[in-house]
Amino acid sequence: MRLAIGKGDLLKMARHGVIKVSEGRTEEAIIGILKSLLEKRVVEAILIPKGVPSGEGFVQSLIRDPEKLNGVSVISPTMPVQSARVASNLTFKNLGKKVAAVLKPCEIRATVELAKFLQVKLDNLYLIGTDCPGTFEVPDYAKMSQEGKGGERLRAALLKGMSEGEVPMIDGYAFRTACQMCEYPVPQADMVFELFGYPSDQEIGVEVGENLEKEIEEKEILSFSKEGSRNRADVIGKVTAERMKKRDGFFQEFREVVKDLRSFLDRFSTCIRCHNCMVACPICYCKECVFRTPVFEHEGDQFLRWADRKGAIRMPTDTLIFHLIRMSHMVTSCIGCGLCDSACPSRLPVATLFRSVGDRIQKMFQYVPGRDVKETPPVATFREDELKIESGSL
Amino acid sequence: MADFEPRIVAFLCHWCTYTGADLAGTTRQQYPPNIRIIHLMCSGAVDSIYVLKALIDGADGVLIGGCHPGDCHYQTGNYKARRRVAILKGILNQMGFTEDRIWLRWISASEGKLFADTVTKMVEELKKMGPNPMKQLWDA
Ligand code: SF4
Ligand code: SF4
Ligand code: FES
Repeated sequence: MRLAIGKGDLLKMARHGVIKVSEGRTEEAIIGILKSLLEKRVVEAILIPKGVPSGEGFVQSLIRDPEKLNGVSVISPTMPVQSARVASNLTFKNLGKKVAAVLKPCEIRATVELAKFLQVKLDNLYLIGTDCPGTFEVPDYAKMSQEGKGGERLRAALLKGMSEGEVPMIDGYAFRTACQMCEYPVPQADMVFELFGYPSDQEIGVEVGENLEKEIEEKEILSFSKEGSRNRADVIGKVTAERMKKRDGFFQEFREVVKDLRSFLDRFSTCIRCHNCMVACPICYCKECVFRTPVFEHEGDQFLRWADRKGAIRMPTDTLIFHLIRMSHMVTSCIGCGLCDSACPSRLPVATLFRSVGDRIQKMFQYVPGRDVKETPPVATFREDELKIESGSL
Repeated sequence: MADFEPRIVAFLCHWCTYTGADLAGTTRQQYPPNIRIIHLMCSGAVDSIYVLKALIDGADGVLIGGCHPGDCHYQTGNYKARRRVAILKGILNQMGFTEDRIWLRWISASEGKLFADTVTKMVEELKKMGPNPMKQLWDA
């Protein structure tokens, strides 16, 4: 099974190394490498999550001064924004210098999808990934931190869990649903810090792709070796298998609830049509979404005619169309980050909907979103000899 | 259901199926009057939105007509329409809406008879299915 999903061929020529950790300070060891990327001018700035002063959360920050890297979080336990969006803002217009972005695996996959849609330019952007244990909802983490369950303590528990492939038990809190069912905990990027399967209080792994490998070696930032963790593959296998089991369970549960359009509308009856799910979604990049255009403006009399035909209509109209069309436009590229879930004020299982429907639609085209920047999204291409009308599928 | 007359909204491309429908008329092909035609430049211009909106707001079936593969006036519009329809139908299927109410058909400018036959067949099939349940959902 191919576990690493990300920037396609980048890792074909990957070089590997081991980073020694002193005094159990895993994150500091990684921050040390990031600092030297800045100091030795491999990049001019680094995008990375940094804790807010209150300690109750993390935000993305763009760092130029190496000293400001103190206190950044390499495995930040929340995902306040989909950083693929940030990568798009950063690179879309005139990014003339090299920048590195330290991202979660799903953020890297979303960035790769956006690059295919020309919303991210990868020319001057290096993607740096870290194995991801999972994240908590932003308000959950704030509470955890107030209750003394966040910060260093949590980080230590997460790292320990990753070395053994266990999900740490945090009383009263669970990872975001999307993370619980994410089968891609290992990123594929220009540089990957490996935590699964390593005794990370002593050492961790690092993998460097061909875009960076030469410069990293010449500037003596890392030395490459054949060493590694012997049980890394097993630990990743275990984590992935558990998550896939969860995923299939969520899919099944959802499919049992949503049997037809009636039951879908019942399940989504508390959708208030705020469009938050769409605003938070990294893949919904259109500057002017069709749902905000006059396509959905009608004359008053038209609404009356519809109400007349059905006896009554829900206002505002088009809840079903909103979800079905959002799916039909972008579900082939849904990378399952779950930001839509996190953004929904009615706590609707939007991500489970998109993932479970997306799973089958993506399979129709043998497409894995975020896998390889060289692949074309199914909605942007076709094959002449597919989907024959005689086959009955149309 | 004997007196149920299905309503079909048809999105037809200018260069092929619309002209084919015209030919069906001028050559006096018989086909049922259950169809409302919307004239587009290319089948590639049909977004799933229009298909769904028709089905939710009162249509029993939607017919999308385009040029045969390889013949699209804009080269590839029909291939793209085909993927779009397949994706939409794939989504609807998973939402338990399995009825075959969305038809994509290739009908050229010279196939007036094929156009008439297609409409006749679609009306027959829709009569068997009965009214579209989607158009009855008041809270859709
Ligand atoms: S639909 Fe939801 S899970 Fe999928 S990419 Fe968008 S925000 Fe992430
Ligand atoms: S965020 Fe939730 S309530 Fe708002 S439109 Fe999306 S599903 Fe509906
Ligand atoms: S012009 Fe007829 S399908 Fe494109």
